[in-house]
Amino acid sequence: MNTCRILMAIGGLGAGIDENYFRLGLEVKPDLIAADAGSTDSGPAYLANAMCKTSRHMLKHDLEIMVKGSRELDIPVFIGSCGTCGSDNGVEEAYEIVTEILKENGYHAKIAKVYSEVGKDVLKKKYSEGKIHPLEGAPGISEKTFDEFEHAVVLMGAEPFIKAYEEGADIVLCGRATDTAIVAALPILRGCNVAAAWHGAKTVECGSQCCDVETGMGVFLEVDEEGFNVRPLNPEAHCTPYSVAAHLVYENVDPYVLTEPSGRILTKDCVYTQLPDGVTTRVTGTRFEHAQQYTNKLEAAGIVGYQNISLVGCADPDLLKDPETWIKGITAYGMKNMTKSGLDPNDYRISFKAYGYNGLLPGKVPDDFHPREILMLMTVTAKTQELAKTVAKSMQPLLLHFPANWNEQLPSFAFPFSPADCDRGPCYEFKFHHVIDVDDPLELIRFAYAEV
Amino acid sequence: MAKLKDIARYVRSKNAGPFWVTIDIFFKDKESYEMVKHSNIQEELVAELYGTRPELVKKFYCENINVIKFSWPRGRASGNADEYDMHFGQQYVFLANAEVEEAKT
Repeated sequence: MNTCRILMAIGGLGAGIDENYFRLGLEVKPDLIAADAGSTDSGPAYLANAMCKTSRHMLKHDLEIMVKGSRELDIPVFIGSCGTCGSDNGVEEAYEIVTEILKENGYHAKIAKVYSEVGKDVLKKKYSEGKIHPLEGAPGISEKTFDEFEHAVVLMGAEPFIKAYEEGADIVLCGRATDTAIVAALPILRGCNVAAAWHGAKTVECGSQCCDVETGMGVFLEVDEEGFNVRPLNPEAHCTPYSVAAHLVYENVDPYVLTEPSGRILTKDCVYTQLPDGVTTRVTGTRFEHAQQYTNKLEAAGIVGYQNISLVGCADPDLLKDPETWIKGITAYGMKNMTKSGLDPNDYRISFKAYGYNGLLPGKVPDDFHPREILMLMTVTAKTQELAKTVAKSMQPLLLHFPANWNEQLPSFAFPFSPADCDRGPCYEFKFHHVIDVDDPLELIRFAYAEV
Repeated sequence: MAKLKDIARYVRSKNAGPFWVTIDIFFKDKESYEMVKHSNIQEELVAELYGTRPELVKKFYCENINVIKFSWPRGRASGNADEYDMHFGQQYVFLANAEVEEAKT
């Protein structure tokens, strides 16, 4: 029977692999060590700047443990979505770190660098051919949208990992990939059940999140021709039918239909069984529906303005009675002054969040709620950083003294910082929630190999 | 009348990619799950609490784990210029505080 055993080192590369638990996984002789290095959860800035969220120090810590294990057992390492956003330079950074580790330890390995960043021209051509389609909940786009981002990547499926591995790579460093493709690729290549490979990959994508206790450590996955088994590396945790089934609802829109570039994972009819060891759960009955058309999901992010922020604390009872009226008042007053002075109100926007009141949970607060103090965050968003600063400075005297009660003396609110305002830099936006039709799973993917 | 947070084991909200958000309601047993399944905790209430339209809200009943789940597009992608909860991780509080009205039998 074909099987494939995967050591999922950690839920997110750079979070800090515990080497002791990792070694427990190595002892059971895995066929692959895998980790996901990416996410869009922290917002568009990372992709727009092709910037990594994780420190180089922590990346090296985790990669060193994985690479050592890989060289000791002579098994491959697959990393997906290098550099958080999967940009080309994210792959390069991972390559530099891995090269350093190999040299420092006297190891030899063939490294594959797999890139999935796409250029504007390629995307414009796809768009003009009608090959870019919106997913549910997508923003409206036009040809112009393709000039409004800094970086774009496509999410690769399992095929690029398979290709790099078949070319003899020991360490596969990929740009943006689906979380699942990293893990599903090798079991598919080894002739395991395709649906089980995908569902197993989905189960371990966040490491120990699929266990009864979240330990922050890795998990061990074994896929075969009928299903998959999963268990934690930490012996104090358990994969139970409940914990494994429950992972399908975590940060997924639909727990029963999960879309990949090559098709859909259907999990409605799965059977979850606790194995006699009490820590392993077996899953069978997953189905995989192959897509008629192979698609790569597109991600891109660009600058939409520049921001300046100011923080001011308020305990004034008159203001606390109705912070929203004060916010409307100060904004209108400030904008009127600035318009008189020649600033165009269409070029900037002032917004407030009243923390301790409703900054986090917007809208009406309960009638019986009376905060003792609140923190006002004023954000100015403008076309340029200079204009954002100008608006913030113009608002400054009002932030200090704008009264809630005009019959009293002017209050002075509490600035915690000097200067009171702070240029926050650009703000960004994700531009697409779309997929691209491709003729071949490798059409938009580029490969480079190096022997170290 | 009880609040959802008093009936459910826990309520969790999270982004599901940059363009969608989701709320999972976990119950300790079938009885409380079934009670809420037939209560006012439906797409209409979620839409009202989170400022979206009921027809955009997807509802899932996960019988095997006693979970009720709602997902909907967040309107503006995460991390936009007016973002207040990037991971949507605190927004469960609105639904957790909702009063549960049992179906009349």
